[in-house]
Amino acid sequence: MIPSTLAYTKASSIDEAVAAVAAGAVPLSGGQSLMPMMRLRLAAPEAIVDLGGIPELVGICEDENEIAVGAMTIHREVAASELIRAHAGLVADAAAGIGSPQVRNRGTIGGSLGHADPHSDMPATLIAAGASVLVRGPNGERRILVEDLITTYLTTTLEPGEIITQVRIPKGDDHSAYAKFHRRAIDWTIVGVAICIGDDGVRAAATGVADRPVRLSAFEEVLNGGGSLDDAIARIAEGVEPHAGLDGSVEYKKHLLGVLARQAHAEASSR
Amino acid sequence: MAVDYTTQTTGGIGDAVLRKEDRKFVTGEGRYVDDLKLPGMLHAAFVRSSFGHARITSIDATAALALPGVHAVLTHATLPVETGVLSASNPGGDVRHPEQAILAKEFARYVGEPVAMVIADDRYLARDGADLVHVEYDPLPVVVDAEQALEPGAPLVHAEYDSNLVKTLEHVTDGFDDAMAKASKVIKLRVDNQRLTPSAMETRGCIGDWQEATGEVTLYTSTQVAHFVRTFVSIVCGTSEAKVRVVTPDVGGGFGAKLNTYREEFAVCAASHVVGRPVKWIEDRTEAGVATIHGRAQVQYYEAGVTDEGRIVALKFDAVQNNGAYNMLLTPSISHLTLFMVPGLYDIQDISIRIRQTFTNTTPTDAYRGAGRPEATHGIERLMDAIADDLGIDAVEIRRRNFIQPDQFPYSSATGLVYDSGEYEMNLDKALELSDYAGFAARRAESEANGKYRGIGLSTYVEVCGLAPSAVTAALGIGAPGWEHSTVRLHPTGKATVITGTSPHGQGHATSWSQITQTELGIPFEDVEVIHGDTAFQPYGLGTYGSRSLAVGGIALYRSLGKVREKARELAAHLLECSMDDLEWTGSSWQVKGSPDRAKTIQELAYAGWTSASLPEGLEPVLEATTFHDPPNFTFPSGTHVCEVEIDPDTGRVEVLNYTAVDDCGNVINPLIVDGQVHGGVIQGLGQALFEETVYSEDGQMLTPTLVEYLVPSAADVPPMTLARTVTPSPSNPLGVKGIGEAGTIGASAAIVNAAVDALSGLGVRHIEMPMQPARIWNVIQEATS
Amino acid sequence: MTMGQTITVTVNGTVHTAEVEHRTLLVHFLREQLNMTGTHIGCDTSTCGCCTVHLDGDAVLSCSTLAVQCDGREVRTVEGLQAADGSLHPIQQAFHENHGLQCGFCTPGMMMAALGIIEQQPNATDDEIRAALEGNLCRCTGYQNIVASIRAAADQMARS
Repeated sequence: MIPSTLAYTKASSIDEAVAAVAAGAVPLSGGQSLMPMMRLRLAAPEAIVDLGGIPELVGICEDENEIAVGAMTIHREVAASELIRAHAGLVADAAAGIGSPQVRNRGTIGGSLGHADPHSDMPATLIAAGASVLVRGPNGERRILVEDLITTYLTTTLEPGEIITQVRIPKGDDHSAYAKFHRRAIDWTIVGVAICIGDDGVRAAATGVADRPVRLSAFEEVLNGGGSLDDAIARIAEGVEPHAGLDGSVEYKKHLLGVLARQAHAEASSR
Repeated sequence: MAVDYTTQTTGGIGDAVLRKEDRKFVTGEGRYVDDLKLPGMLHAAFVRSSFGHARITSIDATAALALPGVHAVLTHATLPVETGVLSASNPGGDVRHPEQAILAKEFARYVGEPVAMVIADDRYLARDGADLVHVEYDPLPVVVDAEQALEPGAPLVHAEYDSNLVKTLEHVTDGFDDAMAKASKVIKLRVDNQRLTPSAMETRGCIGDWQEATGEVTLYTSTQVAHFVRTFVSIVCGTSEAKVRVVTPDVGGGFGAKLNTYREEFAVCAASHVVGRPVKWIEDRTEAGVATIHGRAQVQYYEAGVTDEGRIVALKFDAVQNNGAYNMLLTPSISHLTLFMVPGLYDIQDISIRIRQTFTNTTPTDAYRGAGRPEATHGIERLMDAIADDLGIDAVEIRRRNFIQPDQFPYSSATGLVYDSGEYEMNLDKALELSDYAGFAARRAESEANGKYRGIGLSTYVEVCGLAPSAVTAALGIGAPGWEHSTVRLHPTGKATVITGTSPHGQGHATSWSQITQTELGIPFEDVEVIHGDTAFQPYGLGTYGSRSLAVGGIALYRSLGKVREKARELAAHLLECSMDDLEWTGSSWQVKGSPDRAKTIQELAYAGWTSASLPEGLEPVLEATTFHDPPNFTFPSGTHVCEVEIDPDTGRVEVLNYTAVDDCGNVINPLIVDGQVHGGVIQGLGQALFEETVYSEDGQMLTPTLVEYLVPSAADVPPMTLARTVTPSPSNPLGVKGIGEAGTIGASAAIVNAAVDALSGLGVRHIEMPMQPARIWNVIQEATS
Repeated sequence: MTMGQTITVTVNGTVHTAEVEHRTLLVHFLREQLNMTGTHIGCDTSTCGCCTVHLDGDAVLSCSTLAVQCDGREVRTVEGLQAADGSLHPIQQAFHENHGLQCGFCTPGMMMAALGIIEQQPNATDDEIRAALEGNLCRCTGYQNIVASIRAAADQMARS
């Protein structure tokens, strides 16, 4: 299949990109989700603006409290980053398992968040890591918790004209892991569980069990209240609403949550 | 004649010669149909039905035609060729065969049925134009399930018939009722052999080029059967076959899906006639999910009458085959191949078979790797395990007790076939040894200690290939023969051209045919060029499918080589001034017996035959011969596959830990190619067992159109395997060959499912349907333990 | 209305300047405009890997990359694997010697993916090779000989 007619511009600065998006263009980052949708004509933007020409959107660095990952940093770089591995291993875990090597060579952390697919790996891990994004728009820059970024299928709280410029991941000792389950290696995640065990308690999030990535609040509540892992897993599916599909029933997906939480918790605890 | 491989070391029969086809493919110089560009060529895109069943009330192409670059929009009403004359086999003679218009005529009967065709400057504009064609549909009731389609009151796919029944195939032996009555026990099993999408990596595609001045039509198409396509194109275009040329460029896999005559192949020819320029169409993968045939889709009910010792004395098989919305080239005959192989390699002489074929509002089904035989093998091999389980007999032992024995060959089966040769226990014993079947209990205990279920499964199979004796194809109502053509032509330089009617698309015929030529005629491997897949070169070729190429086409070649050799002998006798009886063949020359100095090499004779300076009386110039070989019988490869799996009860994932395949395909021309066929075949069977299923919603929507939903496994999803061979040469042909293209697929699925059922047998699980995706296995475990 | 621009792309060392539509996919630019048909299209969904090429040294899918995105960049395709003297690249030679191809359709993408794997993980085990091939489908070979081919090519490239 073939994309519909479109107008392409390549932004050379964030301001240029913001102006284009404000004028109605769809931002093109790695294109690994958007391009297939355009080829199938499930998406037919009249204009796209390529963020691939803005050097400041690429790269991983740190300050005292946070790791800053440029929105256009590709998954391969995130997976290979010692810095991310040291402070938020689960984010590196997730990046290493997205798509195929070819997809990881093009797909970006910002694109993954902005696309807001409910089966995407990256958002759940960033939620568990307590990460935020910096976004730039016509009214300047603001910061949004990843947890507050995605509202439903392919929908974010970004205002018109806003683009994600940076992902900010809090630094800390890494006791975190991401466990996911899928059919073929290349397939979308059916269910994934991200767990971060920090000084202030356990944070957990899941993908594939709602129309967006979700915090596993009941699970966290039990663990942070001193309860056992078994007790936490018994309540893990509270509030989640997976959809039955060719990849499994609602019951199966709720069950997988527990299985994967146990895996992720063991892995996180051992790190 | 048995072939002694050990004497051949340099490119002859039996050698693992590297393929001569490879270089163009590894350098990117393969030429597939999408790589061809003709001057002035336009591009087509199809508008396809988005409804499973609907009346087409209007088609408005105004907006599409207004798009710059769009040349034409064709519909049934404006297509300037014969329509509705498409092909189908007719087993038994009373198959319902509804008209299948090239573009839908009034009704659309499945999602993806072509409704209109847009011709534009390039493929981008053609797709844009197709999106602008506005079709109004009046939706009609839909039926997608084959069993539901047979129920009274089911929606009718074709209103001109009083039911959705296409045809009932029946075969009951005289003694069946008595035998079943005497059985000490009857064991029943229902098996659903799910619908599959063949998924060759190259989708279909074609270019039609209708030359107005001459009336010649050239069709470039990705097909396994160029000559069948030519015959039907000539009928559709209302012209002589002599005016139609079908060219098969490199073909990127077929697996039966390109063993057909498709509407798009006719449509591009017709479109070329309309626009006066060549027209290309290349199928999108998403389009392939609905526009190219599907495979399998057969629900089976088994009843086995058994003795206390586990001997099957009577077997009842009642199945429903989902034909889809129309019959394609061989659709009605695919389940006839199932019928043939219902008893498998077991000595079961009393049998009752009924197969009801139905229309449904789905893409038509037809041949997919194995074509009717995997269905039979999977079913009987699942049944054998069910019997073993029921009677408390070991799965190996139950098979030994029922195998046809070596001294029973040639063996007349209850379904009317004559099995040529085989030694089934030899396959079994070798597979058991290689898979360390005896050591399985310890491995199971190890898995259990890790909280996993481990199982081992067997599949012992025989298949029928070498399609087909023409008397049999006639009896099957196929309306076409089963022979194959070859021509061998020696050039003045002593090099050879081999023209074959087979149509390889990955099978390496250029290599294997060269090997046969070297061994039989002494022309070096590298001096042989093999031509195939262009109707301009062959009188007729039946093509490549049904594991027939070597057993039929290879024998046609062998016989042509023998004719050339004999002609060379006559010439040599003349030139050496001796009698033909005084000559002996050295492998590459004719020499006077015992006198190596009095000899003529085949190259010398090729030159002498061409110059014709001195020919014996009555001998025509040039060493060339043609053969049309009609096989006297099918061939019957067999084998045993053993699979070991581990199941994670937490997720339901089935992991294949070990896979062993022992196959008997008779004598082997090139072991490298044979192993490659088994590797690929097994993984397609594994795909069916673990991953793949083509799914429709109840309202006829296709839920698995792309490779995202339809799970073709990657290297990361499949195990390495261990292969071995046994050899019982086929007595039906002089090379003793059988065929290997489909064996792996036929053997694999049951071995894997049997292993999974074995793993869960402790929970009381007796059967699992395919594909055994994790969610299904988890459900099976939940149901078994709740 | 079609919109486009002129791009300059270096493909296998040769600089090409051409007018492309904005929506033109890199794979169609290579195949239709440059007549380099070795790179194939096997799906619409970034699943099959048939269209794999290297962009500035990384294995990418040319069916999910726009040609305009490659302006000023370097592309390497299967046609750029063999040496100037016509000798085969070790990966090409290994696929031939290990019967790593049958119909040949997935082969260019498979080899370009293999090149990426060997560059990233020169000592990859068979299991790691399989894992890294998750985005390349082959329907003929069952992958066994493809894995063997890549293993052999990696060994050869490590030696030379």
